[in-house]
Amino acid sequence: MTRLTIRGKVIKFGDNVDTDVILPGPYLVHTDPKELAKHAMEGLDPKFPEKAADGVIVVGGKNFGCGSSREQAPIALKYAGVKCVLAESFARIFYRNSITIGLPVLVCQGVSGKVKEGDMLVVNLQTGKVEDKTNGSVWEATRLPEFIMEILEDGGLIEHLKRRIKTNE
Amino acid sequence: MNILEKILANASGKHQVSSGEIVEASIDVAMIHDLTGPLAIKSFRKIGAKKVWDNNKVVIILDHLVPASSIISANLHKIVRNFAEEQNIKNFYDVGRGGVCHQVMPEKGHVRPGEVIVGADSHTCTYGAFGAFATGIGSTEMAAVFATGKLWFRVPEVIKVNVTGKLQKMVTPKDVTLNIVGKIGADGAIYKGLEFGGSTIRDMSIDGRMVLSNMAVEMGAKAGIIEPDEKTVDYVKARTDKPFKPVKSNPDSVYEKIVDVDVSNLEPQVAVPHSVDNVKPVSEIKDTEVDQAFIGSCTNGRLEDLRSAARVLKGKKISRGVRLIVIPASQEIYLNALNEGLIKTFMEAGATIGNPNCGPCLGGHMGILAEGEACISSSNRNFVGRMGSTKSFVYLASPATVAASAITGKITDPRRLKEEV
Repeated sequence: MTRLTIRGKVIKFGDNVDTDVILPGPYLVHTDPKELAKHAMEGLDPKFPEKAADGVIVVGGKNFGCGSSREQAPIALKYAGVKCVLAESFARIFYRNSITIGLPVLVCQGVSGKVKEGDMLVVNLQTGKVEDKTNGSVWEATRLPEFIMEILEDGGLIEHLKRRIKTNE
Repeated sequence: MNILEKILANASGKHQVSSGEIVEASIDVAMIHDLTGPLAIKSFRKIGAKKVWDNNKVVIILDHLVPASSIISANLHKIVRNFAEEQNIKNFYDVGRGGVCHQVMPEKGHVRPGEVIVGADSHTCTYGAFGAFATGIGSTEMAAVFATGKLWFRVPEVIKVNVTGKLQKMVTPKDVTLNIVGKIGADGAIYKGLEFGGSTIRDMSIDGRMVLSNMAVEMGAKAGIIEPDEKTVDYVKARTDKPFKPVKSNPDSVYEKIVDVDVSNLEPQVAVPHSVDNVKPVSEIKDTEVDQAFIGSCTNGRLEDLRSAARVLKGKKISRGVRLIVIPASQEIYLNALNEGLIKTFMEAGATIGNPNCGPCLGGHMGILAEGEACISSSNRNFVGRMGSTKSFVYLASPATVAASAITGKITDPRRLKEEV
């Protein structure tokens, strides 16, 4: 289950954060999410897993998650403690993969300009409202379509498919 | 409708679709490899699925860490191999049977115009060169495809890229592609389709067209399609008996934007660290020293690429202090290169030849960069740490430019090699 209201401190990155820095290629041989999490964001900040451990919201600029199709990238973020990613725009495969593995991702235009590292954010997935409790700013993120919300509420595509199969029975 | 709309309409049983619409499409071919496959298989089991929806439509190719580079990767290969056996997947290309997935797929007849093809790899968009709708997906979505044979897509807005002009000598499809990536930008086509057309594309070989489609994802695109023509049909018919129906865009197709590119005066291009759209003409960064040069990958490891590199290297020696790594993209290409004497040319120049696989492109093995080192590469990404140390540097260029730079030890315009040595 994914919570509909998410609170967390911000860790901020710039434009074009690619999947090679989110999870460098050599670690793709690992299948244990906890092992992947140890290397999350290693290409930009090797201390990221330590900083994210208590649960954070990542804010990025344009084209977040560009590059390879590796699902291990959002998995590494999720298991490192990332509760949600907000960005000006997302690369397509990363976006789909995040939904699939149950990591909420929201397009939130204007957010990267105003939010500062360490700000406390509250994100409502249902309404798309994003509040910065530190500086008082409010944004309307692009709301997720109903069927994507269903996948997220089930905790990802696997749980969603399992539930759908069960309901059909 | 444009070509992408037509293919998605056919695949979802509709007469008409338009951009923004979400459709559920039937999948014609689904491909996994050794790095994304194990996770897809794990998710397939978690869903509770027992059998793939159609074992003739699944293709499995070992290509990223081949032969196994460590015990961990050997175990990954074993997982995939066992799955291929258990599911009776005939189209399984083990070590020594295939090569780089995006070359093996068309070469072995698994790509046909008008089809919907998904691969658990971002460069699956390469097959757009054959007039197919082909796109990369994640491992768990692939598991869902394996279980159901279907996947949802948002019908993309399409940017038409119209390329005209005759290329100068030693200026190649890679230079055209890098130039377009620089113009459109790394995020210029997110969620969108790219359709490449124009006289330059028509004149290009299949090998050349594949470079353009391959790098569509570097602009964020979901697909990089080229209308099939006689060249496409000849190539495909020689490799598959399965019937197919080429699809073309209607003359009144709707495009979000049309980008015109004249390549008549284009000089060789280089994407400099650390972004694919940071593209400069070679003259602006010539003399940058390199430690390694790589010719290969799903972008530029084909026969045409090896021929063009060999023309530059023939009778010459690479610079002391430079490692040149040449990796043909498939067994077939390797054998042809051997028969044509290209491999001999490379070896006499001082190159190391690798077996067909992805090699150093993604920093997996076979030429990882140390801190402070620079590599000029015919591959597709120059992100921080892509080929090794996060403090290394990757310059993307054509095989001819890579070859010329290996000879001089610094980034060199292949047209000016005579003046440099």
